[in-house]
Amino acid sequence: MATVHIPPALRKYTQGKEEVSVDGGNVRDLLGNLESNYPGIGERIVDDSGAVRRFVNVFVADEDIRFMDNLDTSVKDGDEVSIVPAIAGGR
Amino acid sequence: MATFSEVLARVKSEIREVSVDETKQQAVDTSGPVLIDVRERDEFEQGYIPGAQWIPRGFLELKVEDAVSDRDQEVIVYCAGGTRSALAAKALAELGYTRVSSMAGGFRAWKNAGFPFERPRVMSADQIKRYSRHIMLPEVGEAGQGKLLDAKVLCLGAGGLGSPSSLYLAAAGVGTIGMVDDDVVDESNLQRQVIHNTERLGMPKVESARMTLQALNPDVEIVPHRTRLTSENILDILEGYDVIVDGADNFPTRYLLNDAALKLGKPVVHASIYRFEGQVTAFLPDQGPCYRCLYPDPPPPGMAPSCQDAGVLGVLPGIVGSLQAAEALKIILGIGDSLSGRLLVYDALRTKFRTLKLRKDPDCRVCSKPHDSIELIDYEAFCSIGG
Repeated sequence: MATVHIPPALRKYTQGKEEVSVDGGNVRDLLGNLESNYPGIGERIVDDSGAVRRFVNVFVADEDIRFMDNLDTSVKDGDEVSIVPAIAGGR
Repeated sequence: MATFSEVLARVKSEIREVSVDETKQQAVDTSGPVLIDVRERDEFEQGYIPGAQWIPRGFLELKVEDAVSDRDQEVIVYCAGGTRSALAAKALAELGYTRVSSMAGGFRAWKNAGFPFERPRVMSADQIKRYSRHIMLPEVGEAGQGKLLDAKVLCLGAGGLGSPSSLYLAAAGVGTIGMVDDDVVDESNLQRQVIHNTERLGMPKVESARMTLQALNPDVEIVPHRTRLTSENILDILEGYDVIVDGADNFPTRYLLNDAALKLGKPVVHASIYRFEGQVTAFLPDQGPCYRCLYPDPPPPGMAPSCQDAGVLGVLPGIVGSLQAAEALKIILGIGDSLSGRLLVYDALRTKFRTLKLRKDPDCRVCSKPHDSIELIDYEAFCSIGG
């Protein structure tokens, strides 16, 4: 199980939860299981082809998966996974 | 009882003296030893050796450990003629400094040799008092405060983030602060935009900000830009500033700013807020990642968090904007470690700070290109309703 940090913009899919525990040996499986547990959240993170959207970043243990093995980046038990979408607010 | 000249002769026999030529060679040309100027304020203000640290003789023992922590570091002290510095060298030896020399002939001999010297920025008595808590910090000092007074910072947005960042920058004595905003003060702003107040409803935000900042510190110049940044005006506006503090409220401006700042080589202290969460980082051109390394493209309209129903905890921009001010001050002063390459995510609900690693994308379609080839894009404003 990894701990996934859910950003405020996506918490409506997790019944307001900021952190959820999700299984998955790599990021692809983890995001698939996240969608199964919380339907609707997946398409906000990945596009139709399954790739992570360009305005969303996924970090495993504080490292950006785009600079590791992307969706194949392995996730260990107890890893913290952060989903960080671009936000624009400043006012 | 010994006369002064006897004492001086004895001290000089116990310390090491170096010539002005040796000092120039060692301390200025190769920056080996630490140079300490032990003269009084009025003498120092007339000129000092480049790179020297100023600690008046009367404060030497009190302050030297802040300037030189390593007792085995090589130190050269100088005064006007070589007498006070001889006594200073002796005092440092008694404190346990093992490699201290006094520059024979002092600053007078230095000038007579035709060697270069600099004049410090002279602060008024009022400024010395106002900024005393900065000046006391060895990392800032009078030289650092001078850098702040000479600095020009542009705050993008006079709203939630711009309020605390500009207030602290003005209080810190950042000499010129530009404010960009085209909006007027609305009642719904006052829950978080603490630079404005109830009497200013309907007033242009940049004007309200100017009044507040000027009242806080008459020493700084406030430059209001009552406009919205576009590809047409952004380069002209950014040109006059050293650091940009980004507190914009929309994606088009943030991408436009990123690209324009890269084109001009200006550092940007970035922050954004949403409900209970804030993100902060610094984008330093050529040194670290840019906004597009992090988020290559803005989200399409349907995917952006809806602005209308967003809401924000009022104090959140207060905390996040203050972090931006701290980053901007560090960049100006050249101290500490900036947030370049790190994204700080603050969750106010859980009171948690997470630091995520950001990397420069070698294929980034903006920052990996030659800067003058960058073309500015005006993305369609798909979310113009301000939070």
